[in-house]
Amino acid sequence: MWGKDLRVIADKAGVVLALGEEPTFHEGDKVRVLNRSPIGHYRVPRYLRGKEALIESVIEPRALDNEEEAYGRNAGSKRHYYRIAVPMTEIWPNYAGSKNDGLRIEVFESWLERR
Amino acid sequence: MEPHDHESTHGAHDHPHAEPGASERPGYYDMMETALRELLIERKLVDPAEFRRQIEVLDSRTPALGAKVVARAWVDPAFRERLLANGRAACEECGISSYDETELIVLENTDKVHNLIVCTLCSCYPRPVLGLPPDWYKLKAYRSRAVIEPRTLLAEFGTVIPDSVEVRVSDSTALVRYLVLPKRPEGTEHFTEEELASLVTRDAMIGVIPVTANQGST
Repeated sequence: MWGKDLRVIADKAGVVLALGEEPTFHEGDKVRVLNRSPIGHYRVPRYLRGKEALIESVIEPRALDNEEEAYGRNAGSKRHYYRIAVPMTEIWPNYAGSKNDGLRIEVFESWLERR
Repeated sequence: MEPHDHESTHGAHDHPHAEPGASERPGYYDMMETALRELLIERKLVDPAEFRRQIEVLDSRTPALGAKVVARAWVDPAFRERLLANGRAACEECGISSYDETELIVLENTDKVHNLIVCTLCSCYPRPVLGLPPDWYKLKAYRSRAVIEPRTLLAEFGTVIPDSVEVRVSDSTALVRYLVLPKRPEGTEHFTEEELASLVTRDAMIGVIPVTANQGST
């Protein structure tokens, strides 16, 4: 219900969704994992930063942002969370194996940009 | 027993063994854990019974739970669909609670896709359904090679995946855990659900080996 359907139903009901209530990305969207290096407990492995990916699915419902929680903010903030698909050849240019091989991983919305 | 007796009965196996529980000095993290635990108890923030209870929780989770889930998915198509749609809910249906509040994605192996699971950052593992991970799952060699050269790694487990089959590695990072739903082996059409479950091993549910009809869990 947190995907495109939510907007359709909310529109029909005349309900305005809050900012951030809907996921920014949807299945099939082309994204890039941000290449940033904040200090601390960030759950995006370095080998994926800057890599191009596709959104495979939106993980519902929104998930507690454990990157914030790890810093004791305990704000209970929730963020959209996505399962993304990355070809192995995108991660490793010299990948030894089928070009169809791939990696799947879950990433918070704050780590993705549209491409 | 004299040391040479040990040697003579075990042939070349002549290195000394530490007694279980009487090994070397505790390491840095062992001491930190003990100190923290004792402080928590001393300040009455945690009851010792709570520690013991959590160990019981963990001890009750073994690969036999995952094997039951897999076998049920093989014999019950409706359950299989529910399992693939929402692994956590389908496991809860079988009485397997998600005590650590993690979600579960079940990854189905097919003729076209072979799934392998890893946690490159640490040791995320579907503990609610499989219990504690094997030691090798936590080693840096497994964690890095699973994403860098999964086919070579799988071959070392004796699992050779043809190029026509996609190797799909799922890297667990925070809130989601994975369980591989292996392919049901051929020649098991007449097996009961219990017999099927006895074939399913922990390693098959991690994705490093297939399930075979003549090799069960021990």
